[in-house]
Parts: sequence; C-alpha cells; structure tokens
Amino acid sequence: MEDAQSGNQPLRILIADDSDSDRLILQAMLRRLGHEVVEAANGGEAVERFRHASPQIVLLDAVMPGMDGMEAARQIKALAGERLVPLIFLTSLSDADALARCLEAGGDDFLTKPYNRVIIEAKINAFNRMRLMHETLSHQRDLIHEQHRKLTEEQEVAKRVFENVAHTGCLDAGSIRYHASPMSIFNGDILFACPRPDGGIQILIGDFTGHGLPAAIGAMPVAEIFYGMTSKGFSASDVLREINQKLKRILPAGMFCCAALIQADFALNQVQVWNGGLPDGWIIRGDGERLAMPSAHLPLGVLDSHRFDAAMAILQTSPGDTLMFMTDGVLEAASADGDMFGDAGVSAALQGRRDGQTPFEAVIDRLCEFSGGRLEQDDLTLVTLQMAEGGALEGLSDRLQLSALEGPAEWRCTYEIRDRTLGQFSPLPLLLHICMEVPGLRRRSGEIYTLLSELYTNALEHGILGLPSEWKATAEGFGRYYEERERRLNDISEHYIRFSLTHTMTDYGGRLVVVCEDSGHGFDYHQHRQPSGSGHGYAGRGLMLLHRLAGPLTFRERGNHVEIVYDWHFSEAGKTDDAAVHKPGVSHE
Amino acid sequence: MPIQTRRSEDGRTLTIKIEGRFDFSTHQAFRDAYEHGDQEVKGYVVDLSDTTYLDSSALGMLLLLRDYAGGDNASILIENCNSDVRRILAISNFEQLFAIR
Repeated sequence: MEDAQSGNQPLRILIADDSDSDRLILQAMLRRLGHEVVEAANGGEAVERFRHASPQIVLLDAVMPGMDGMEAARQIKALAGERLVPLIFLTSLSDADALARCLEAGGDDFLTKPYNRVIIEAKINAFNRMRLMHETLSHQRDLIHEQHRKLTEEQEVAKRVFENVAHTGCLDAGSIRYHASPMSIFNGDILFACPRPDGGIQILIGDFTGHGLPAAIGAMPVAEIFYGMTSKGFSASDVLREINQKLKRILPAGMFCCAALIQADFALNQVQVWNGGLPDGWIIRGDGERLAMPSAHLPLGVLDSHRFDAAMAILQTSPGDTLMFMTDGVLEAASADGDMFGDAGVSAALQGRRDGQTPFEAVIDRLCEFSGGRLEQDDLTLVTLQMAEGGALEGLSDRLQLSALEGPAEWRCTYEIRDRTLGQFSPLPLLLHICMEVPGLRRRSGEIYTLLSELYTNALEHGILGLPSEWKATAEGFGRYYEERERRLNDISEHYIRFSLTHTMTDYGGRLVVVCEDSGHGFDYHQHRQPSGSGHGYAGRGLMLLHRLAGPLTFRERGNHVEIVYDWHFSEAGKTDDAAVHKPGVSHE
Repeated sequence: MPIQTRRSEDGRTLTIKIEGRFDFSTHQAFRDAYEHGDQEVKGYVVDLSDTTYLDSSALGMLLLLRDYAGGDNASILIENCNSDVRRILAISNFEQLFAIR
C-alpha cells in the first residue's frame, strides 16, 4: 500500500486539452513537480488514454472539440468504478451554471486558466491525499469483507462439526415440536433430545451466558455427556450432576448455562423436571388447565458438585398433556414498539388457544404476530413434548454402538448395593452395560433396561422402603409418595438389593436369568395371581410390563426374591419386535 | 457515569451503584469498580435502585464479583432491586448465592 502521509510521491497524471500551448505549459509544470504526464488532445482521446495508462489524477479541459470534457468525465468516472480518480476541470469559464455542470458530470474541482503553479501543486497534493485515504478505506473494507467471508465459512464448518457431536438426537420424534434459530449454536442456545433405553425420553434445553464461540464450546461437552449418559440409562439427576461438574470446571467464572432437563416416562405417564434459570416451563393438560414449572435451581456450572442440587420435581401426566419449555429469548422477543413478549405473552397465547391448535402453535403464532414475523432473527428456543400412551420411540438399539468383539456367552455376575448407596446410586446403567456385552441382547437393550429397572424400583420402593403403591392413585398421594420416598431413602440402614445375572447359550439363542433379591419384608405374592392390565397403581403396571416383556415371574421366600427368565433367539436377534418367548403367567414355587 | 462506587466510613464496605441497563456494556466498568479496591474492603453492596434492566451477562458479572470476594465466603448484598430485576434474580435462584434485599 502507498504511504498516505506522503504528498510528494510521483503520480501519473492525464492532461486533456485541445490547446497545444496550454497543454505544454501545464505539462512542464507537472514534470517539474516530478510527476509523469499522459497527454490527450480531446475527450475521445482522453478516455482512450485513461483506459490504457490508468492515471491517478485527471485534468480535463471543459470545452473541447468532438467529445467535450463533460462527456469524457462521465465515461472516465464510469471506467474508474470504485476507484477514486480525482478529476479536475481546466477552465476559463466563469459562468456559475457551466461550473456546476462540470461538477454534475463527475468533476471534483476546477483549475482556472491561466495556471498558478502554487495552486496546482496544492490541489494535486490535496486530491492525492483524498485518493490515498479512499484507497486505504477501500482496502480495509475489502479486508473486512474477506475476513467476514472466512469467518462465515469457518462457522459453517464449525457448525457441521458441532452438529455431529451435538446432533439434535430424536428431536424429530412425532411427540416433539420445537423452534430454534438456524445458527442457534452461536447464540448460545442448546436443545437436545435423546431416547432412554426404557422407551422414555430426555430433553435438555438451555441458554449459555454470552454468545459466539465460548458458548458453542461449552455446548460440546454438554451434548457429549447428555447423549452418552441418557442412552446408557442414567437418570436425569445423574446427567445433571455430571454436566454441572463439567461446566463448573471448564467455564470461566461468570459464565454458566441456564437449563431445564425433562425426563419423560411414557409407560408410567410421569415426567421429572429440573429447571435452573430458565423461564417457567408449563404442563398444559388435555383440558387446557395449566401448571407452571418455575426455575427452582441455580443454572448449570455455577455451584460446586457438593452444593449442586439435582433433585427433580416429579409430576404425573396423562396422555395428551403437553410440556413446554423455552429460553428467555421467547420472553425478550420485542415488538416493533420495543415492548417485550414476556410471561404475559406466553400466558395470553396459551389462554387464547383455538380449538385444534397445539400449545406450540399457539405460542409461535402469537410470537410471530407480536414481533412482526421477524422470528428467524431472534435467539429463541421453544420446545414442547406431548405425552402419549405407552412408549413412543423405537429404534434406540440401532444407535447403540456395536462392538466388533464376539462378546461373552456364558457368564454369571452378582451385584449388590447396600444402605446409603441405595439412595445415591442407580445400578441400572452398569447392569445394562454388562448385558449389552452379549451381541444377541444388544438389540433388546430397551427391554432389558425396562426389566432391570422395574425389578429395581419394585425392590427399592415397595420391598425396602415399604411405600404403598395405592398412594399414587391420587394427585395428592402422588406427591406424598415421592416426598416419603425421599425421606425414607435418607434413613436406610441394614438393607440391600442384590442382582444376580446369569447368561447361558441355548440351541436357539441365549437365556438371561435375572434374580433380584432385597432385604425388605416382601409381600404376599399368592394374592397377586394375575396382574390386571388396567391397573392404576404403579405396582400393577410395573408387574404387567415385566410379564409382557419376559416370561413367568417367579417369587420365592417372602416375595422379596424375584426371578425372571428372558430368552432370545438367533433368528430374532436382528429384529426389534416382541421377544417374549413364554406366555405371560405367574408361577410359584 | 453508569457505575458509581462509594466506600463506607470505616472503609470496609464498598457500595457499587449501577444506573440504567446492567448488561455486557458495563462489564469493564463493573470490574474496575471492585478490582481496584484495596485489601481493607471486606464486604460489598450492589445497589440496583437505579438499574432498569439486568441480563444474563450481568448475572455472570455478579458471579465474578462473588469469586473475587472469596467465593462461598464472600459477603455481598444486592439491594433495592425493582420488580423486573428481582424477577430475573429469582429465576436464576441467585438468592442462594447472594443476600438480596
């Protein structure tokens, strides 16, 4: 780049004048100042010379035969395009209109004849400074354009990498509706959904403080942890604790992630919710009644793990209920007048919902209307989940990574957890992991998980804690059940749950025998002949599930020893349909 | 000046008062307000009586102050919040970390 400070460097200057003598005088002056001169005797020649010699400054006589100075000025300015080529008219005109026409034609200034050397030098230097400044600005503008282009390109690539790690999971499931801005990863909003092995689903929606790269980087480990742990069957609390610990460690103080985690269990029609710093979430009942799920925790990444509270609010739902969560971009969406959508906007949208309109549509429509249809530009994320009868998701097992190894065929393991650990740790992911080492069982991960989980819950809540499942039949009892569960878990002593898993190969495939024993009082299993399919209570439904999935349940001792035999076939190992080999029934020994 | 500081007579309490919007644009000024204080300062008061709005980066700045002031042992009082500001602090459950009055 040329030095903008120097006004004395040699320039190439085009002179167009039909008077040979005037041209000669001017040329001599300019040469003496050290400049290179290109000459033309009329307008047409001037344009031609300009095209080939690319002069930096043009001095143009206004009145010339043939193409006059005005027309030549227009053509030269057009040729120069974005470059600033100062164009100074040489004139003996003194009529104001004529001078104005010169400027309209693209001229930048005049020099009046006869020429004054001092004025000429000063004007040329002044225009050269302007020219250099323009050049610097253009150069910097081009640089900015180029950098912006590169950045956008890099963001595109980064976005693809990010999407491979933080893919949207099962957000495309029919029960989920969502809105997220297209470049949301760079505005710090996150939205992930992942099926659980038991057929349920976990959804994480969040909003990092700050924007751009730092937020996107923070989102990567969150996605890894969320998808990794959820698909292995870890509970929402475990996932939250892990994410919080990770973010606390990697994020600078002052950066955190407001988030909500929703764990939906379709079989039990129950949701567990944790809201740390996001606006109120909502449950919208089938009849339109609404229940708020306000933020009850600090955001993720603020507290040390020993102070972090991952307690979930547990809520009973019915098929047709809709859960809704949003980032604060929804509340902060502004109208043309600068008003904010706010909680009031959300409430009004849900209140004024038309027949057949889903809560999602109601809020999005109103939001669009409110902000004048500029939704795409805002950093806002909205997600709803509709509860449905029974499980809703298929095909998780396809996502589990298959090992290249053959896997163990004949094995047995016993795993026992005791006392305090019963309240703090879920053995299910570990047990599922052990079972998934058997290739023939991998396609059945959902069933195996459900089976283990039902046995475990049964042993813990009914066997050890002695909680009556009838409580859960009513809404009040439901809350009491979980409060009591929490309270009793803290007082456990001298108790255990023991799982014994045995796997053997058979002619047709394999057999997994699961024995679950607990130290509780047991129950009168003779009374429990045939679980009724329409059971309202938890135990009824839990046992029904077990029957449907596996063979006969065998109760022993006081009813605190349950055995399940689960057979799988080679021929079915590749399919995902019902695996039950035995007909449902209860046998006693 | 959107941020003003005042020391108590015994020099042990630093009051930081934020006017208008408390957001990322006040980041540097807010940090300067407490980082140049001397060792004598034992407690902080964040006066939000003239604060009209507070966003998540302001929450982050409050956490930075808390860290600076000793983390769990920090003594920080946030006072005079208007209802909007109080609501934002409540959603984030900041009352678990700060005394809010």
